[in-house]
Amino acid sequence: MTTKAQAVLDWIDERFPLTSSIKGHLTEYYAPKNFNFWYFFGSLALLVLVIQIVTGIFLVMHYKPDAALNASGIPAAFASVEYIMRDVPGGWIIRYLHSTGASAFFVVVYLHMFRGLLYGSYRKPRELIWVFGTLIFLALMAEAFMGYLLPWGQMSFWGAQVIVNLFSAIPVIGPDLSIVIRGDFVVSDATLNRFFSFHVIAVPLILIGLVVAHIVALHEVGSNNPDGVEIKKKKGADGHPLDGIPFHPYYTVKDIVGVVGFLIVFSFIVFFAPEGGGYFLEYNNFIPADPLKTPPHIAPVWYFTPFYSLLRAMVWPLFGLDAKFWGVVAMGAGVVILAFLPWLDRSPVKSIRYRGPIYKAMLTLFVIAFAILGFLGTKPPSYAFFGVIPGAPVAQLFSLYYFLFFITMPWWSKIDKCKPEPERVTG
Amino acid sequence: MKKLLTALLFTPLMALASGPEVHLDKAPVSTEPAALQNGAKLFVNYCLNCHGASYMRYNRLQQIGLSEQMIKDNLMFTADKIGEPMRIAMQRDEAKAWFGAAPPDLTVISRSRASEFGSGADWLYTYLRSFYRDDSRPTGWNNKVFENVGMPHVLYELQGEATAKINEHDDGHGGKTKEIEIEAPSKPGKLSAEEYDHAVADLVSYLVWMGEPMAEARKSIGTFVIAFLGLLFVLSYLLKKNYWRDVH
Repeated sequence: MTTKAQAVLDWIDERFPLTSSIKGHLTEYYAPKNFNFWYFFGSLALLVLVIQIVTGIFLVMHYKPDAALNASGIPAAFASVEYIMRDVPGGWIIRYLHSTGASAFFVVVYLHMFRGLLYGSYRKPRELIWVFGTLIFLALMAEAFMGYLLPWGQMSFWGAQVIVNLFSAIPVIGPDLSIVIRGDFVVSDATLNRFFSFHVIAVPLILIGLVVAHIVALHEVGSNNPDGVEIKKKKGADGHPLDGIPFHPYYTVKDIVGVVGFLIVFSFIVFFAPEGGGYFLEYNNFIPADPLKTPPHIAPVWYFTPFYSLLRAMVWPLFGLDAKFWGVVAMGAGVVILAFLPWLDRSPVKSIRYRGPIYKAMLTLFVIAFAILGFLGTKPPSYAFFGVIPGAPVAQLFSLYYFLFFITMPWWSKIDKCKPEPERVTG
Repeated sequence: MKKLLTALLFTPLMALASGPEVHLDKAPVSTEPAALQNGAKLFVNYCLNCHGASYMRYNRLQQIGLSEQMIKDNLMFTADKIGEPMRIAMQRDEAKAWFGAAPPDLTVISRSRASEFGSGADWLYTYLRSFYRDDSRPTGWNNKVFENVGMPHVLYELQGEATAKINEHDDGHGGKTKEIEIEAPSKPGKLSAEEYDHAVADLVSYLVWMGEPMAEARKSIGTFVIAFLGLLFVLSYLLKKNYWRDVH
């Protein structure tokens, strides 16, 4: 570096930790050298967050959070989305990037979370990373739910109506709480405006704050790896982990491959199947919201359906409280229980590579349960597999398993026959 | 094990099984300018009196090969400026009183009518060919796909007047299932059955085009984007490989 440039850098470094931050988080942050496919999804989640923020900024320039009907009898909010799709130059691509981005965010985050389950990334000393992660997931669900109201189509409206109504099941405060959330007795212009505000300002701020906390915590303790062994235990003469390599340039160039690979799949959907077969953009949502016409079947977008199934699985009133209330409790508990995972797992090893058959069987069944719950959540409760096996009891059975997986984990994770962990990472 | 988990995770949420309630005919959707222009003509003459297309501007019809003058002379009956959207004069509250429901805006109708039973185009194509005479209805018309629809058969002068044989079966649960069988028009229209299907196909093609006028552009841009990313993937992989050659 020339002396002049060095002088400028020194001037900055005396006032701001520029060089030390770059070193601490990139060039001298040592990551295990054995990351595999599952380790792409963290950086990809960050990429999708950026895509959503950038496209969102441009959408807000043209979108109108207004439920009033225009001269043609169409709600202004719905009409403004079509205005973006047709009259704003390049508007359609911005909108499809944002709508596909929402689904992509959940795909990436679900895979990222599954990686944690595979390799025990939530175990000591990474409990806080995992807790911040579950909070990110919670914030993401709120962000997606409120964003989905904005196009003001039939599914936007009735989905919000159903979910906000759930809060009314909470004893004593419920009915008033749901009015406070809506700002009205039904989902209306007031609801649309406050959801818009939350979606574009409040929740994104929380989300970014949590993402920073998630990464800061990660860089404090260092990354886990597919072997689940701590690379910091074996350091070379230079004080760096023997199995670690600097994040930059090694993982920056590797993550570029992941980013391009992701963008290929993502672009394929954006350009060739933006509706995602009715799963990413629901068909009914091309009908403007009509408070007087309830659709026969209200299904949430695919990424909420596993939790929607947990909600619907509770059909029994207990302790003098409505079944609806217990459904809400089940759905909430389904998300919150994830945060307790670090303390539920008592296995001596972290990675699935050295876990015993019980964990492998339990996890496989958990993935099946999650997928089936997700599938059934898109269907009406009367759905039957092949027209014969009723879906509702299947959903209840898998809901039960969903919770049993976590609740009984302290017991079966302890007795599982594990293999010894290696000293160093394997290939 | 790892492979099994991966496979399970990527298994899309497939519709496993559910029998269609209504059989929909596959719509022969075209993107040919001639078909779209004929569809636009039918749309403006037969639909755009009760139904608006309020997000669709007249000048966008240039995209299907019409000049501004042709649009002004042949298709603009109720608008003054070429940049205006396809609005209608009928008041919504009056329409509601007359038909029972205000006729929906048709700009994105082809997208909203899609379902697990078929595409929006399939639904529209079947619907517009399923009207039959029914004296019990205020309009004198009923429809097999959309039972007791408020809309009369506006294309009847083209198709003719079809009648239907209604067979009611005991469904075994104390109720009745209705089976509607549409018969060939007793009073023929201006078009033969084949010509009518063709006209409806053109109209539906137009509605599909109008639902997303940039759909074709989207796909052609997409091809370039994916080709570019494919190349970038190879280069980024080579870059990664080069950087990682000393990691063992």
